[in-house]
Amino acid sequence: MKFTWFHLMPWPHMPDDFREKHRSVWVDLPNRMYEPELGHGVYHQYLDQLEYAESVGFDGIGVNEHHANAYGLMPSPNIMAATLTRRTSKAALVVLGNSIALYNPPLRVAEEMAMLDVLSGGRLVAGFPVGTSMDTNYAYGTIPALTREKYAEAHDLIRKAWAADEPFAFNGRYTKLRYVNCWPKPIQRPAPPVFIPGGGSVETYDFCLDNTYSYSYLSYSGYLRAKLLMEGYWKRVAERGVDESPYRAGFAQVICVADTDAEAERLYGPHINYFYNRCLHVYPGFADAPGYRTIKTIQTGALSQFTAASARNYVTMSWKDLTENRYVIAGSPETVRQQMEELIKTLRVGNIFCLMHVGNMPDDKVRHSTRLFAEKVMPHLRHLWPEWNNHDDRFWIHPMQQPVGLRTAAE
Amino acid sequence: MTSRFITLEPSGRRIEIVEAGAGRDLLFLHGAGGHMPADPLIAALASQYRVVAPLLPGYGQSAGEDDLRDMLDVTLHTLDVLHALKLEQPVVVGHSMGGMIAAEMAAIARTEVARLCLLAPAGLWMDEHPVVDIFTRLPYELPGLLFHDAEAGQKLLASGGNMDDPEFLKQFLVMNARRLGMAGKLLFPIPDRGLGQRLYRITADTLIVWGAEDVLIPPVYGEAFKKAISGAKLVKVSGAGHAVGQEKPQAVLEAIKAHF
Repeated sequence: MKFTWFHLMPWPHMPDDFREKHRSVWVDLPNRMYEPELGHGVYHQYLDQLEYAESVGFDGIGVNEHHANAYGLMPSPNIMAATLTRRTSKAALVVLGNSIALYNPPLRVAEEMAMLDVLSGGRLVAGFPVGTSMDTNYAYGTIPALTREKYAEAHDLIRKAWAADEPFAFNGRYTKLRYVNCWPKPIQRPAPPVFIPGGGSVETYDFCLDNTYSYSYLSYSGYLRAKLLMEGYWKRVAERGVDESPYRAGFAQVICVADTDAEAERLYGPHINYFYNRCLHVYPGFADAPGYRTIKTIQTGALSQFTAASARNYVTMSWKDLTENRYVIAGSPETVRQQMEELIKTLRVGNIFCLMHVGNMPDDKVRHSTRLFAEKVMPHLRHLWPEWNNHDDRFWIHPMQQPVGLRTAAE
Repeated sequence: MTSRFITLEPSGRRIEIVEAGAGRDLLFLHGAGGHMPADPLIAALASQYRVVAPLLPGYGQSAGEDDLRDMLDVTLHTLDVLHALKLEQPVVVGHSMGGMIAAEMAAIARTEVARLCLLAPAGLWMDEHPVVDIFTRLPYELPGLLFHDAEAGQKLLASGGNMDDPEFLKQFLVMNARRLGMAGKLLFPIPDRGLGQRLYRITADTLIVWGAEDVLIPPVYGEAFKKAISGAKLVKVSGAGHAVGQEKPQAVLEAIKAHF
């Protein structure tokens, strides 16, 4: 198993009457709520937490990209990952990812990810999300019905740019470059491992299988509701006749660990509430621009995480509802271990994206939960896929053998 | 009202054509919402004209929208449809997005479009008068945006479906995604594809009609179109919103009859 400690980097200072005063945490929330000098501390605390996660033994640390929102403050995940290359040395840097349809030219992603791979000594996991509709269509203005075609072309360009050893011409519909020449190029050849966030469309299953990419389902509604979707993926894997390595798939899970189940509720309850009722408070009109999803996907009844969230009434859900229905895995180390094992086996996933900073959780609680998970839960979950030797080379990083030791400025 | 299909060559694109009435040929290009159930404007126009109303790919049973990506694609597609229909000196009427397409056609193909009627067309943008972002609006908000009399508009729009029925909801979402997905290629995120710099090319005899109570594209845009198209006439219809033709079909028919 590979465990990635994933940060969403939410704005932790949304007021108690946030839901009453604002229709959405995304797109049109006035940025007067953002206080830059408070933000300074917030960013550094969050980066410290990612570095802490490496120090207690997580395999990867993760960041992602969102725009015009208080849910996640990383318009540029690559800037965050760049800071992490200097103060970590072992963990995979899981950038999940860059919304490649938004870059002009998308070669920028190939270049910046190559920089990250070189800086980190070959520790980059490259994520290529389509991006939420709020980010891609409303905040960044991409025409919904053309988003996926643009994405596919951007992907083609990035992979060709990484693979090439000489300049070449790229005549795309959306990007035309007479000289594609990616300096630097990544350490990992022909490319860093690639993870694709997906939400249940068959096209994305096939895209992952065609390219040997890991399919990552990023959900906040837990593994019981994810079962149907992941069964669809594994059914497709079987139909295509490819191997069933569990590392072909990953799942994001909100996890809170305390000494006892009761203690978990007391410590983390308020922050879980903040996350579900403020961070996920998306106006339904922003959740799914018409044309953003393919007709085929709508016909299968798959809704985006945020459409589902806006349709669901989290306000009325108690801690008991959220934990018993496994939206959240929370409790004592033993409780969490049991539920994580069930998650890993029922979904058949080799990657877990652990969401352990939740909403407005203070630093001491984040570290407490993280340490308990690393020390008392993770060791028991490491070896659940012995038939795959608990590792799959195709879906994990290949760091260089002898990276340089970093010196501090004083030296 | 009857429906038939034509197939465009060489693309093989199959287009649904709604037809009604008899008289002089009138080509009607619908707005982003498509035709309304038993469309009152088509019905009124059919009392005087032979109305030929093709559906844009993505609407009704017209297919082939994946290959239509931008304004030029859609303009040339619609000129191809006009050509295939072999209409005699038609009055070309376009509502909202359809008006934007009709204006583009008239700017590009002066001889094919000699009589032009724009009903609250999209296509221009003024920072001080933002056009409403229809893509973020929820279904229940539409009557108030399209009609001056929202309650009557609600009745016109309602097609008898129940949004609580998951199967109906899925069908609605599919139809909505197809229609507005296509419309987004011309209107998202801002309905300006450079028409303003081409309007001077229009030589057609042009009538512009605007609902005086239009809150979606405010009537100030009517003045802007009138100013940019040489010799154009502007008629404002009182008691009408953006769906001016569906809300006041008789007034719009009279204006068209009087002008052409």
